[in-house]
Amino acid sequence: MSPVATRESVESVVTDALERFGVERADITMDAALAELDIDSLDMIELGQIVREEFGVELRPEDVTELRDVGDLVGMVVQQAG
Amino acid sequence: MNDSVVATGIGAITPLGTGAETLHARWCAGEVGIVDGLGRCHDFEPSEFLSRKEIRAADRFTQLAVAATAEALSHAGWSDGLPYRPDRIGCVLATSVGGIQTCLEQQERGRVKGYASVSPLTVTMQMANAGAAMVAQRWGLHGECCAVVAACASGTSAFGLARRLLFDGTLDAVVLSAGEAAITPQVISAFEVMGALSKSGVARPFDRRRDGFVVGEGAGALVLERASGAAKRGAAPVGEVVGFAATTDAYHVSAPEPTGRTAAQAITKALDSAGIGPADVHYVNSHGTASRHNDIAETRALKTALGDAANGIPVSSTKSTIGHLMGAAGTVEAIGTLLALRDGIAPPTLGLEEPDDELDLNYVPEQPQRLQQPADGHRVAISNSFGLGGHNAVVVLRVAA
Repeated sequence: MSPVATRESVESVVTDALERFGVERADITMDAALAELDIDSLDMIELGQIVREEFGVELRPEDVTELRDVGDLVGMVVQQAG
Repeated sequence: MNDSVVATGIGAITPLGTGAETLHARWCAGEVGIVDGLGRCHDFEPSEFLSRKEIRAADRFTQLAVAATAEALSHAGWSDGLPYRPDRIGCVLATSVGGIQTCLEQQERGRVKGYASVSPLTVTMQMANAGAAMVAQRWGLHGECCAVVAACASGTSAFGLARRLLFDGTLDAVVLSAGEAAITPQVISAFEVMGALSKSGVARPFDRRRDGFVVGEGAGALVLERASGAAKRGAAPVGEVVGFAATTDAYHVSAPEPTGRTAAQAITKALDSAGIGPADVHYVNSHGTASRHNDIAETRALKTALGDAANGIPVSSTKSTIGHLMGAAGTVEAIGTLLALRDGIAPPTLGLEEPDDELDLNYVPEQPQRLQQPADGHRVAISNSFGLGGHNAVVVLRVAA
């Protein structure tokens, strides 16, 4: 069963993932620009896998390119989880 | 050869611990890095050498290779920057199976969770050239970089390519890195099933009771430059790579050609490439896997190639202390050999307690021996690697006494 995709739970999962990818925890804020975090396209694919596994949300590549900051990403997951 | 190839930096991570000098000191002291039938790098802590990001993107074989390379580059005095144009520095990486742990882990992940869950980093972690790519990226090497794969001969075969790249003027320096991390049930079982693995879990090269090799993991690295370049920047070489040759048995994919004829040719050609003869050799670092077949074929090859001189040259096996590092073995063993020559010591073949009737060379059983004083101020050694597939590679090393 996927856990409920609340803002808190999604923020937590995304933050943990970004930290595992090598981003400093202190740099992971909701208004941090994704383009400025030290992550690449492969990291984003893995993030997509994590989000799918945790919340059953499928992030399409074309949706992801529109995102500006971490908060946008979290918001999109919460929204798509319905 | 007008401008010889020298090693200005060395590094190693082995079952004896971290560092090239650690390998040398502990081996000469008779320590055995094999525990419970495996040569694991217990002391290796990736976070001491790589960032979290690098660790995540690197299979263990790459982590080990990068760590050993860091030591070699520091030793060579490259910490403050590259001494040559970056497009004239390359990396040759030796490995036999590359990122096999990642490969097997992701295979299992895919099987259990579905293949859409396989890590997006899988390809770039498991590919055999991953180590070369990470070394190049981390240190900004823009020259030719690739992996050399020849099973257990890889680590010595790499010297052949590195030498050519320097001799033909393609590059001014080659970072030779080697890494192998294949201690995983599938690999161990595969060696066991083919009868290659020691049942006793003890490596006894050249011993009457030898029963096969012990699997090890680890890495080695050398910075290779032309002697003129090293001298110009005031770098003191550890030693010279004065010769190299390789031949192929073309006999059987796993058994060595039993007379050792083609392996002997590799030794002879290597000595010829160095412009020396058997009487000039002070030490032989054998392939010495402790397999029933290799140790006899190698002995025959040494007798054929070195003739009468064979009986007077100490021959020992690094695998007796750290196990078989497979693709990384030849590189790590060359490093052990350079330091042995520097200190005038033939390190011991550990576990050699009962001689075999047919194996009657001086294999330096259990205790190190002093090397004879060289007449011309240099000590010379050959290091052999004979890989599955019949690949024979021999490198000739020389160090000022």
